[in-house]
Amino acid sequence: MFFKLIPTTGRPLYLQLMQQIRHAAETGALRDGDQLPGIRTLAEELVVSPNTVAKAYSELEHDGLLELRQGSGAFVCVKRRTRSLADHVQAARRRLGDLIERLREEGLLDEEIKRAFEAELLYPAGIVRKR
Amino acid sequence: MTGTPVIQTRDLTKSYGGVAAVRGLNLSVEPNRITAFLGQNGAGKSTTIKMLLGMVRPSCGDGTVLGKRITDAKENCEMRRSVAYVAENKPLYGYMTVEQTIRFASSFYSDWRTNVAKKLLNEYKLPLQRKVKSLSKGMRTKLALLLAFARRPELLILDEPSEGLDPVGIELLLQMLVAQASQGVPIFFSSHQIAEVERVADDICILDNGRLLVNASLDHLRESYRRIDLVFPFAPPEYEFQIAGVERIHSQGHEMRVFASKNAEAVIEHARDLNAVSVEVAPVALRDIFLETVKEN
Repeated sequence: MFFKLIPTTGRPLYLQLMQQIRHAAETGALRDGDQLPGIRTLAEELVVSPNTVAKAYSELEHDGLLELRQGSGAFVCVKRRTRSLADHVQAARRRLGDLIERLREEGLLDEEIKRAFEAELLYPAGIVRKR
Repeated sequence: MTGTPVIQTRDLTKSYGGVAAVRGLNLSVEPNRITAFLGQNGAGKSTTIKMLLGMVRPSCGDGTVLGKRITDAKENCEMRRSVAYVAENKPLYGYMTVEQTIRFASSFYSDWRTNVAKKLLNEYKLPLQRKVKSLSKGMRTKLALLLAFARRPELLILDEPSEGLDPVGIELLLQMLVAQASQGVPIFFSSHQIAEVERVADDICILDNGRLLVNASLDHLRESYRRIDLVFPFAPPEYEFQIAGVERIHSQGHEMRVFASKNAEAVIEHARDLNAVSVEVAPVALRDIFLETVKEN
């Protein structure tokens, strides 16, 4: 699969890698039992520190999305939970699509909508919003 | 972090005449990591590296590299056998050809890997029969790197390894660094090329004016530094935001920009308490972390 890590965003690279693998599993680009490259191979391919790949893999193993086998690499395990999560994401995307359509009808520009989304997403999750 | 540090210094200081080049450095470099040593020109990076290698005697303080004391001549000599070092000015003999230089260097090291040297020679496209003095700056750098990478060291120390390299050369260099790291070789390299550092580094040390200002993992820096842009219905007083972790505050009319090295949540909460009409939080790229850190100093 193709990865694109962007070092200048300020987001840790291991998080970007985790997110892209998770996304691939949710969209079906990665299927149950698929093998991912070994840590060294992927690190050399992406030209990132091996620790970056190792950390992403071990976090994903902890989440139950990868199974690391000594010497033979990393295997994707898409459980029912991941599949239902994929459905969940699909449904959420439809709702987001509706919302964005409404905002456009109200005259908001795509750039404004994008900024608003980004700003909202950057709130630390723990903070209770006051309105 | 893991294991005993491969480099550790305590109050390492070097003064030239009355001028301090390196001041009270407490540096720690972890094994199995790629550590980047950042700083402006003249910040003291090369002096530090030379002290680590026993080439410059510290004015005071001490340190260990691979567990060997840097101020002990005998221990230092042992350590140098297991450390591959590429110097800033890439000293090589101009009258030798590339081939002679490689043969000459290989005779010194018991950990020399002939097959790796061959492979690198191929990748770097170095002309075997050319005299070193007629090599371009980039080729010189590649030759110096080849001499280090062909060994199997316990630690790689590189002083400005990318200097003089074109984009293709830099890509090759980074690939080589990653390949070394995945064989478990810890790497300590100085650079002012932030773009390359933020791709491969695990840990970041920032030296400014002889002082070590940052010694942390890049992930930690990326997770804790935030730029928070605030808009208030009034001109906000800056003192309200002088809280722990806030490194810098700029305000302009109703707008305020807060740069925090930690504790961004507290800033956001406080802004809400003050009825901010807009709060935007953004992660900070290493370039800005570096610039803000050295500006602060």
